[in-house]
Amino acid sequence: MCLGIPGRIVKIDDAARLLATVDVSGVRRQVNIACIVDEEYPVSSCIGDWVLIHVGFAMSRIDEAEAAETLRILTELGEAQAELEAIHLSAAQSEGHAE
Amino acid sequence: MKYLDEFRDGAKAAILVAEIESLIATMDVPRDRPLHIMEVCGGHTHSIFRFGIEGMLPKQIELVHGPGCPVCVLPMGRVDDCVNIAERPEVIFATFGDAMRVPGSRKSLMQAKADGADVRMVYSPLDALAIARKNPAREVVFFGLGFETTMPSTALTILQAEGEQVANFSVFCNHITIVPTIKAILDSPDLKLDGFLGPGHVSMVIGTAPYEFIANFYRKPMVVAGFEPLDILQSIWMVLKQIKEGRADVENQYARVVPDKGNAAALYAVSRVYELREFFEWRGLGSIDHSGVKLRDEYAQFDAERKFAIPNLKIADPKSCQCGEVLKGVIKPWQCKVFGTACTPEMPLGALMVSSEGACAAYYQYGGVRQHAAAE
Amino acid sequence: MNVAPFIRSRPLGKVHVPTVTLSHGGGGKAMKDLIDDVFVDAFDNTALARLEDQARFDLAELAAHGDRLAFTTDSFVVDPLFFPGGDIGKLAVCGTINDLAVGGARPLYLSCAAIIEEGTMIDLLRQIAGSMARTAKDADVEIVTGDTKVVQRGACDKLFLTTTGIGVIRAGVILGAHLARPGDVVLVNGLLGDHGAAILCARGDMALETPIESDCAPLYGLIETLLGAAPGVRFLRDPTRGGLATVLNEIADASQVAIEIDEAATPVREEVKAFCEILGLDPLYLANEGKIVAIVPPDEAEAALAAMRAHPLGTRAGAIGRVDAGEAGRVTMRTVFGGQRIVDMLVGEQLPRIC
Repeated sequence: MCLGIPGRIVKIDDAARLLATVDVSGVRRQVNIACIVDEEYPVSSCIGDWVLIHVGFAMSRIDEAEAAETLRILTELGEAQAELEAIHLSAAQSEGHAE
Repeated sequence: MKYLDEFRDGAKAAILVAEIESLIATMDVPRDRPLHIMEVCGGHTHSIFRFGIEGMLPKQIELVHGPGCPVCVLPMGRVDDCVNIAERPEVIFATFGDAMRVPGSRKSLMQAKADGADVRMVYSPLDALAIARKNPAREVVFFGLGFETTMPSTALTILQAEGEQVANFSVFCNHITIVPTIKAILDSPDLKLDGFLGPGHVSMVIGTAPYEFIANFYRKPMVVAGFEPLDILQSIWMVLKQIKEGRADVENQYARVVPDKGNAAALYAVSRVYELREFFEWRGLGSIDHSGVKLRDEYAQFDAERKFAIPNLKIADPKSCQCGEVLKGVIKPWQCKVFGTACTPEMPLGALMVSSEGACAAYYQYGGVRQHAAAE
Repeated sequence: MNVAPFIRSRPLGKVHVPTVTLSHGGGGKAMKDLIDDVFVDAFDNTALARLEDQARFDLAELAAHGDRLAFTTDSFVVDPLFFPGGDIGKLAVCGTINDLAVGGARPLYLSCAAIIEEGTMIDLLRQIAGSMARTAKDADVEIVTGDTKVVQRGACDKLFLTTTGIGVIRAGVILGAHLARPGDVVLVNGLLGDHGAAILCARGDMALETPIESDCAPLYGLIETLLGAAPGVRFLRDPTRGGLATVLNEIADASQVAIEIDEAATPVREEVKAFCEILGLDPLYLANEGKIVAIVPPDEAEAALAAMRAHPLGTRAGAIGRVDAGEAGRVTMRTVFGGQRIVDMLVGEQLPRIC
């Protein structure tokens, strides 16, 4: 029920029946793209899109900006942590010098 | 693998763990009463064990493994119905792999196959439909199970079959809904939960609005979480922040896949093909109102329950089964009297040992039976 | 072998019908024709050409190779018979050669027993026998005796093969699953899971297209090279059914040690990773037919790796873990994410999941 994998649409197999081929690191499978096409995203525009695949259906278009944002938050957190550590370290060192 | 590997990065994991540790340190959580966060979905349970996430968390956080595994919660009576259909000589019974091992009162689908029933494993309901096209003289029945994640796939397949006028294809519908399940957990008097990790892929279909009752009425934080280990850790961190700040909100950690509004095409297909059942039986949890769907009358020709006369018996779980208590977080898997003895993955007694993401099966496979018994 | 070449006194029989029938198993001329046409012609060696009921070997000649006889048998029932990277015949020859080689033996002679389902295409059998012959020749072993049975339609699935092999172990080569010691290093010679994934894919149930091929290969040459560079190797095994995880658990149990492996160091092809992610399978439990797991003393690990990497079947060799003095019989893995999980024996069969 939860097992979904990101894959890239590489080919439209049957536009009328909404079938496309998706590639996941070299493994390919035909999927139904009914859930990810609409006026904004017609069938032909889907080639190259990254989608979430579940039991042979593309269920969601992966938002690259959101993905990048999620990772950016974590990178920022890491930088903040590193800064904090550096502050603590220099405080400890200056205390040591003051002794 | 793109969009997978980046969310398994060990360096970012360390950052999140450090954040969680410093947050917990400011929160005054007693050691003998840790925070209980439930991950509803079986896929999350599997990720947690596969990546060893639980061991990375401070002891003040305990993860409670929820009932969101549709394979695990299949009642024995429904498995018996499957076997009954599959054993008919004209039937080709197509099913997802992990459903084949669920024990019925007589046998599992795997055993039925060994005894001569034509049971075939498929990855997609579309493959089952393809089998129907290739075998016009046989009746192909697809075992439709799963939460809202998988409902649209089965529905769209039925609509495809209708469009092509395929006459020898039907679905044995066991799709269940997540919201009544969460509500049943929250209403349980044994409840000891402080927050939830929401099912990421169910949410990509239904959106985030359906969970608002958890925050508004029950006042518990709910973070819709992705399935990669970074997603899970980040979601735990977000739940902690809510608890610390005294908030109870629905947040979406998995925004790269989950649109807040859900998926219109999927929801439309679902509403066309299905309607709610008054109640549905769950292994380990009993009967839950409005927790299952069935095919509408317009799609009766694709409904295996109407095409075949099935026994439809309610079969009680074995008396020694304590699945219900584990599901609600009352006891841990290894505290169940039959864990690892009468109930093992080879000979499962209850729901949680059946599928590889049931909490008990996951502990048994990944956590080591001996490890926890020794710790007691 | 110092035997004068045997001159065949009669020409080999040939089968002129396209499929196998029960009469081909009847013991009469039809059966002789089948055996000649399919097996004798392909395997083409002196011992076999004598067409006695048994192959005979001079003991002193065998003893020239070492001081112990190694003897193994395996049955092969793989479906489909042909798959990317090989077929049931190549699999059988490699499988038996490897079972001998991981014991430190030089594989010498194989037998081949075939159970054939009535209705099977003769051409298919010729192809498989040809494949067995080529594999045996490349590995410098001979298929010297065999048996053929034909069964009714439905009594077996096209073709079952049983191959038995003998080899000789050099004096001083001591290998055993109980010999692993804390501090030992766990090595593999390359990418894991290819064969299991290739077979699952070839069955077609999942309608996945992949370029994955079976890694099926005879490993004696690689093992000789390895033992030459690292004579202190404690144990070798090929992780076939049940995969790497099963072998590690067997070693941990037999030697009463703990083993920890590092997921980041465990080599798996990108396509096999993707295949596993899509279906919810674990590559640690997939079968391999051209791989070995080696337990090596720490001071010989570098030499062992260098030797394997210089061999065509070991270019991706790597150290994947260590033997520890922890909880006896326990195998753990440090995940790419930094956590730790237990790697247990496989329970039942791995099935693709949807959750």
